[in-house]
Amino acid sequence: MALEGNVKLVGILFLFFGGAIAVAAIALLPSPVERACFIAAGVALELLGLTLLARDYAHDAKNALGPRSSR
Amino acid sequence: MSFALCLLCILLIPLATAGLALMHQGLGRSRSAAHAMVATLCVLAVTSLVFVLFGISVAGSSGSSSYSLVLGGSSWDWIGAGHLADRGIFFQGPDGGLALCFEMFVVAMAGIIPVSTGSDRWRLLTICIASALLAGIAFPLFAHWVWSGGWLAKLGLNFGIGTGFIDAGGSGTIHVLGGLTALSLAWIIGPRRGKYTGDGFPTAIPGHNIVLVLFGCLLALIGWIGLNSAGSMLFYNAAPDAIPRILLNTMLCTSAACLATVVTTRIRYGKPDASLIANGWVSGLVASSAGCAVISPGAAVLIGLVAGAAVMYLVEFLELKLNIDDPGGAISVHAGAGVWGLLAAGIFSSTSGQLLAQIVGIAALLGFMLPLIHGLNLLVNLFVKQRVDADGDRQGMDVRELGAGAYPEFVVHGDEFLPR
Repeated sequence: MALEGNVKLVGILFLFFGGAIAVAAIALLPSPVERACFIAAGVALELLGLTLLARDYAHDAKNALGPRSSR
Repeated sequence: MSFALCLLCILLIPLATAGLALMHQGLGRSRSAAHAMVATLCVLAVTSLVFVLFGISVAGSSGSSSYSLVLGGSSWDWIGAGHLADRGIFFQGPDGGLALCFEMFVVAMAGIIPVSTGSDRWRLLTICIASALLAGIAFPLFAHWVWSGGWLAKLGLNFGIGTGFIDAGGSGTIHVLGGLTALSLAWIIGPRRGKYTGDGFPTAIPGHNIVLVLFGCLLALIGWIGLNSAGSMLFYNAAPDAIPRILLNTMLCTSAACLATVVTTRIRYGKPDASLIANGWVSGLVASSAGCAVISPGAAVLIGLVAGAAVMYLVEFLELKLNIDDPGGAISVHAGAGVWGLLAAGIFSSTSGQLLAQIVGIAALLGFMLPLIHGLNLLVNLFVKQRVDADGDRQGMDVRELGAGAYPEFVVHGDEFLPR
C-alpha cells in the first residue's frame, strides 16, 4: 500500500538517476563503447520512470472520472 | 553573420507564436476561446518580462561569464553568471542583443505550448505563475546548456562526442521543454469534464474553429523559417548563403509531414482529419528545427514523413491508453516530434558520434528538466489550485474568468444537425 502511494516519487527518481547515469558515463568512462552502453542504460531507466509516472497518473485520472466522481 | 538578415529572421518569429495561438484557440471549445487568447497574451507578457529581468542572467550568452564544475578532469559549464535585468548584455556586441531578442521571443513560444493542453480548465493566475517559472528557471537553464556554450554544446570539444548537442531551431530547447511542461500540467489538472465516460472511454470534443487552426498553420510556417534561420546563424555560425538550404529543409520536412498525416488519417478514419493534419503540419515544423542547417533535403523529407505519420498514433496513445486529455495535441506535436527531430539530427548527420550527443541531450531533458518542471508545477498546485473549480468546469472559462463569452451572439440551433 505504501509503495503504491510512492509510485510517482519512484518514477521521478528513476528519471533523475537515469539522467545522472548518462552524465556520469560521459565524465567517467573514456571508452566510447562503455560510454554508449551506460548512456543507453541511463535512458532506459528514464523511460521506466516515465512509464511509472504515466501509468500512475492514468490510474488517478480513471479513479477521478469514475461514476461516483463529482467532476 | 549578417546582422540585418538575422534581425529580419528574428522579427518573423512572433508569427510562429501567433500561428500556434490561433491553433490552440481553434482546437478548444467556443466557451473558452477568449480565455485561450487572453492566456496567450498574458504568457507573452509574463515570459518576456521574467526572461529579460531574470532569465537572461541564468541563460547567459556565448562567451559570457558562467559557473562551472570540474568533474572527471573536465570543465562542466552548468549555469550562466550574468547580471540581472540584462545589465551588460548589450555591451557584448550586436550578437548579444540579437540572442537576447531571439530568446525572448522563443521563450514565449515555449510558454504557450501548455496553454493548449490546459484548454477549458487551466486558470489564468496559475498560467501566469507556471509561465514565469518556465521563463525564469527551466528554459534559461537548458538554453544555457545548448545555446550559450554550456556542457551540452561542448560535448564535442570536451569529450569528443560528435560536434556537441545540435539544436539550431529549438526542437529540444523550445518544443520538448514546452511539451514536457504540457505533459506535467495534463497530469496535474486531469481531463476536461465530459472527456471520459464513467468507464474511462474517451469521447470526442471537436475544436470549434478549424479554419483558424489551418490559418494558424500557414502563419506558423513563416515564423518557423525565421526561427530556424535565426537560430542557425546565432548559435551555429550559419552563413547567409546557408539560409536557402535551411528554408528548403524546413519546407520539405513540413510538406512531407503534412502529406503523411493526410494519408495515415485517410487510411485510419476513411477521410483525412483536418485537426490532425494541422497537428501533422506543426510536427513537421518542430522536427525540422534541430538539424535544419546540417541535414540534406532528402533527409528532411524522411524526417517529415516519420513525424507526420507518428503524430496520429501518439495522439491516440495518449488519449486512449494514458487518459491524457490534450485538446490541441501539444504533447504529441511538440514533445513527440521534438524528440524525433533531435534524434534525426544525429541519425542523418555525417559526423561520427553525433547520435550519441543527441541522445545525451534528450536524456538531460527527461532526467533533469521534466523532474524540475513537474516539481515546480506540483509546488504551485500546492498553494494555488491549477484547475478551475467544478462550477468553472460547467460554465466554461470565458464566463468564469473573463465574465463574458467570445461569441455573445453565437447560438447553436440543435435542429440544424438533425437529418432532413
